[in-house]
Amino acid sequence: MIPAAFDYVRVDSVDAAVAALTEHGDDAKLLAGGHSLLPLMKLRLAFPSVLVDIGRIDGLSYVRRDGDQVAIGALTRHCDVNGSPELAEHAPLLAYVAGKVGDPQVRHRGTIGGSIAHADPASDLPAAVLALGGELVVTGPSGQRVIPATEFFTGFLETAMAADEMLTEIRVPTAVAGHSYQKFVRRAQDWAMVGVAVARYNGTTGVSLVNMGPTPLRAVAVEAALASGASAAEAAELADQDSQPTGDANASPAFRRHLARVLTRRGLEEAGL
Amino acid sequence: MKVSIEVNGKTEEHDVEARTLLVFFLRETLGLTGTNIGCDTTNCGACTVIMNGESVKSCTVLAAQADGQRVLTIEGLGQSQDDMHPMQEAFRQNHALQCGYCTPGMVMAAVSLVHDNPNITEAEVREGLEGNLCRCTGYHNIVKAVLAAAGSGGGNL
Amino acid sequence: MSILGNRVLRKEDPKFLTVGGTYVDDVRLAGAVHVVYVRSSFAHARILSIGTEEARQAPGVVAVYTAADVDLGPRPPEMPMMNQAMTRSLLADDTVRFVGECVAAVVADTRARALDAAELVQVEYDPLPAVVDVETALADETLLFPAAGTNLAMDMIFGTDEHFMDGCEVVVRHQFLNHRVAPCPLEVRAASAEWSPEGRLTQYSSTQAPHGVKSGLAGALSVDEAQVRVLSPDVGGGFGAKMGTYPEELLVAWMARKLGRPVRWVESRSESMVGLGHGRGQLQEVEIGGSRDGRILAYRLNVIQDSGAYPAIGAVLPFMTRTMLSGVYDIPKVEFNSRSVVTNTTPTVAYRGAGRPEATAAIERVLDMFAAEIGMDPAEVRRRNLIQKDAFPFTTPTGTVYDIGDYVRALDLALEAADYQSLRAEQKQRRESGATKQLGIGLSVYVEITNGIPGSEFGAVEVRPDGTVVVRTGTSPHGQGHVTAWAMLVSEQLGIPIESIEVIHGDTDVVPRGVGTFGSRSLQAGGVAVNQAATQVVERARQLAADLLEASPDDVILDKVGQRFHVQGTPTAGRSWKELAAEAESQGGLTAEVDFTASGPTFPFGAHVVVAEVDTETGLVEIKRIVAVDDAGKILNPLLAEGQIHGGLAQGVAQALLEEILYDEAGNPVTANLADYAFVSAAELPNFERIAMETPTPVNELGAKGIGESGTIGSTPAVHNAVCDALVHLGVRHVPMPTSPQRVWRAINEATGKASA
Repeated sequence: MIPAAFDYVRVDSVDAAVAALTEHGDDAKLLAGGHSLLPLMKLRLAFPSVLVDIGRIDGLSYVRRDGDQVAIGALTRHCDVNGSPELAEHAPLLAYVAGKVGDPQVRHRGTIGGSIAHADPASDLPAAVLALGGELVVTGPSGQRVIPATEFFTGFLETAMAADEMLTEIRVPTAVAGHSYQKFVRRAQDWAMVGVAVARYNGTTGVSLVNMGPTPLRAVAVEAALASGASAAEAAELADQDSQPTGDANASPAFRRHLARVLTRRGLEEAGL
Repeated sequence: MKVSIEVNGKTEEHDVEARTLLVFFLRETLGLTGTNIGCDTTNCGACTVIMNGESVKSCTVLAAQADGQRVLTIEGLGQSQDDMHPMQEAFRQNHALQCGYCTPGMVMAAVSLVHDNPNITEAEVREGLEGNLCRCTGYHNIVKAVLAAAGSGGGNL
Repeated sequence: MSILGNRVLRKEDPKFLTVGGTYVDDVRLAGAVHVVYVRSSFAHARILSIGTEEARQAPGVVAVYTAADVDLGPRPPEMPMMNQAMTRSLLADDTVRFVGECVAAVVADTRARALDAAELVQVEYDPLPAVVDVETALADETLLFPAAGTNLAMDMIFGTDEHFMDGCEVVVRHQFLNHRVAPCPLEVRAASAEWSPEGRLTQYSSTQAPHGVKSGLAGALSVDEAQVRVLSPDVGGGFGAKMGTYPEELLVAWMARKLGRPVRWVESRSESMVGLGHGRGQLQEVEIGGSRDGRILAYRLNVIQDSGAYPAIGAVLPFMTRTMLSGVYDIPKVEFNSRSVVTNTTPTVAYRGAGRPEATAAIERVLDMFAAEIGMDPAEVRRRNLIQKDAFPFTTPTGTVYDIGDYVRALDLALEAADYQSLRAEQKQRRESGATKQLGIGLSVYVEITNGIPGSEFGAVEVRPDGTVVVRTGTSPHGQGHVTAWAMLVSEQLGIPIESIEVIHGDTDVVPRGVGTFGSRSLQAGGVAVNQAATQVVERARQLAADLLEASPDDVILDKVGQRFHVQGTPTAGRSWKELAAEAESQGGLTAEVDFTASGPTFPFGAHVVVAEVDTETGLVEIKRIVAVDDAGKILNPLLAEGQIHGGLAQGVAQALLEEILYDEAGNPVTANLADYAFVSAAELPNFERIAMETPTPVNELGAKGIGESGTIGSTPAVHNAVCDALVHLGVRHVPMPTSPQRVWRAINEATGKASA
């Protein structure tokens, strides 16, 4: 209930945050909204010795249309992603999914950057960004680099970021042709037992899966089938290909596979296919 | 470390451990025991307070993160037992509490919900309270109270 | 104008809504230290060693205790019919028997430092095989208590007749698991203890029965009961699980005495999920037999009760199951046997319904299966077997005597309110069209026993010279609203408004004796006691007024509106309550105390109809409607009564649909926090459609039965039946509870011949 003791450092710039990460290495964790990290710390499943509070860095909370992309600052809270008029117009999948994260209180604190960086395969936003074929802008001691979402999630709770890098911006293409997010839960505030995100943009369809493996997954076989003219129902049958769903109290791997297929079909249909 | 938090209109400056959660700051440091703790996984919402006009779960906010911010707890919502906030009054009128343990958090969450969505529907109330658990009431009267309050200043902050 | 029967708003609420209740962990004690318990991470193991040195040296630590330090002996099971060799040490001695059992206590100046130090305690375990399911336990291969020689904690064997079902054209047989759930009150357990220099203990306890805690503490600590005061300020829910004295609470008092400092304890939710008792846990072999025209002729139930690691109240609950075995039906013959076994899991205790939900769930579910077997509408099958309203008092085959009921009317009201025919029509239409979302209609008709083992309850009323009233009650409300309800009863008789009536509970110094609040007993025991005390106060006042006015008491009337007594026909010749109370001060006050014992239990009853929509592709179940008729006799305050039904319904729905406590094969709890345990939220429930029905009971002067557990008892099988009913046309016979999407999916696959895993 009470975290182990830690040193607390508040930074007011990205450079200062990166410097703190460089200084402390694995001993430090970044604190934004804290709604992925603090729950783990309260159960003492995580116990960083240094917490770097980046929550007050100015200029990291924004939503900006930039040509054929929408750029979202990493510190933009879920409630603001959900309520953003730019996203409602240009990337409605992301706005919608942000409104499905946790509950209203969680959405007032949690940030899109925090959720993506935490990289839980059962989270909603990583899958949404993946379905949108988005990009993650990451800042480190040697400057910025852009990592495609398809390369960002490398393992369970692991990303392609180095220990001294910080996620600063999320970019998604403007995608207005159709979208859907099928979040299968027993209770409203639950993590998705299985989830499917569908986004249609630039003449293509992106489909990604929540909780079907150690990372959010692109349903590549589904996308390929659609690209070669398969119907939604036909393509959806391939949803669980190359996935590695685990079994838990809620669902066996077989049930997850079944859900992935059903939800993919429903998601594609809702997205207009 | 020192934190300075405005709680119920009063600036509170205290020395706390970095790991002090806002809920413990309120309960232990300030003695405002109205806000309760019901779980350790950020699920139950009993600890809900309003920070900068928005509902937050104070068990998942460090006092350090609340430094320099405005916090409103159940104790600061109405004027007195005879002069309650419309949401408190609606809870009373509709028997929306029994043991009272979830109530402060439930009321604060409800105020925030209605504040953000004055024309809230029943379905939106039920979904909006997904993060506030109650064992006693079965939620029926809570939903009734929130809808009643929505029409009479229940979202006033 | 009578106040009784009105929707009076609660006196309790302004405080709860503005500053919040005062729960045990809200109470500061000067100079207090904090204890955190180190708990076993093994389900079954020998303790080889406990290293406490590092913890003792940690900052702020005042003491670290293990079993070797505690001079209080192990406690045998509280009830004599349980195997007395199954004793429990307060801190685990050489063996741990469930994950979460207390192994050591770490005391420090702050809770945070106690938590830090607790992590430094090193326990070396030698794991033993874990016994997690009751059938394995029954086989007695691995014994939890070698000294007991068996895992059987107790049994109730009445025998079995191999010809029992003879003469039955149709026999339906099935195994049900009435699965384990967690009571999950929003307030977890908490206790604080402070000893005075003279050796008097003040214990703050989050309990449903403070006087029970008082005698439990006195006994365990070898002090006179007069040396113990228990304060139960506000309690954030109990639901049956906060009764008796848990080891943690007892140890708090012991440590406070040993240290000479106040000790405070509050558990975390994760601790509570394993440390607070669990509910239900009955494996049931059910068999029902009857004729093709729908008449039930024979019913039998064989139970294996999961007691958890140390037999507590849960082990004896099958007794209540047997008491209510045949439910609302007139069944010629029944059979019942039960065996309660220990397993390496959290001990089971009473939880909302305590043995009766298990009875109702079994018979209501198998009745639907019987109906399916003979191709009869489930409502019709019930109708053909209900005990008729002129049959009361009715003695059941297990010897239970029901006071009064009208089960046919309850069923009629529920079906009418639900518009049953239209529901069946819509169901038919969806079946014919092969809709993905099928409709299920689930029924239950139930009767349950309240104040099952009538003990006495204390009630006292005193009118003070300032004209206000103080009521003292031995009940221990934790949400039920007794402060308002008892004030209403007293106001009704005295005429003094409820605003001027104070009701005191939860302080064993002020309330000299009491039993508490559980088993839906409070109104019919404690309310009646208060009511009788009020009557006595009125008579005393009348007598006193008569003396003062030199009249006969028969000529003195109470003007309730004017709040005064006067001679009939001569209103000016009178005395007010204030005057009489002042007058009586020198004679011990205008007061009365009553210890009331009911002549017997009462039997609330009802009928529930649940409409569920089942997505046959994903298995997801949505509850569309809950229609509930619940008759608890004469209703004192409909607002409070509805609240009790609503809360009960939610918990009943939760068990059928969502909540289950799971262990893996090694005895590790899988659902041990509120993220993993599917505690029902507002988003999963609809509004409740409650239909009022009142059949007053002749058992007490208020005509009142208990109501607190009815909602839970009726709704679980109604929800369960609804889900099964949605799928019966696909050939699905049964879906186990809770009807998770996976279970529904598997049941459909099994019935339709598809593979699943």
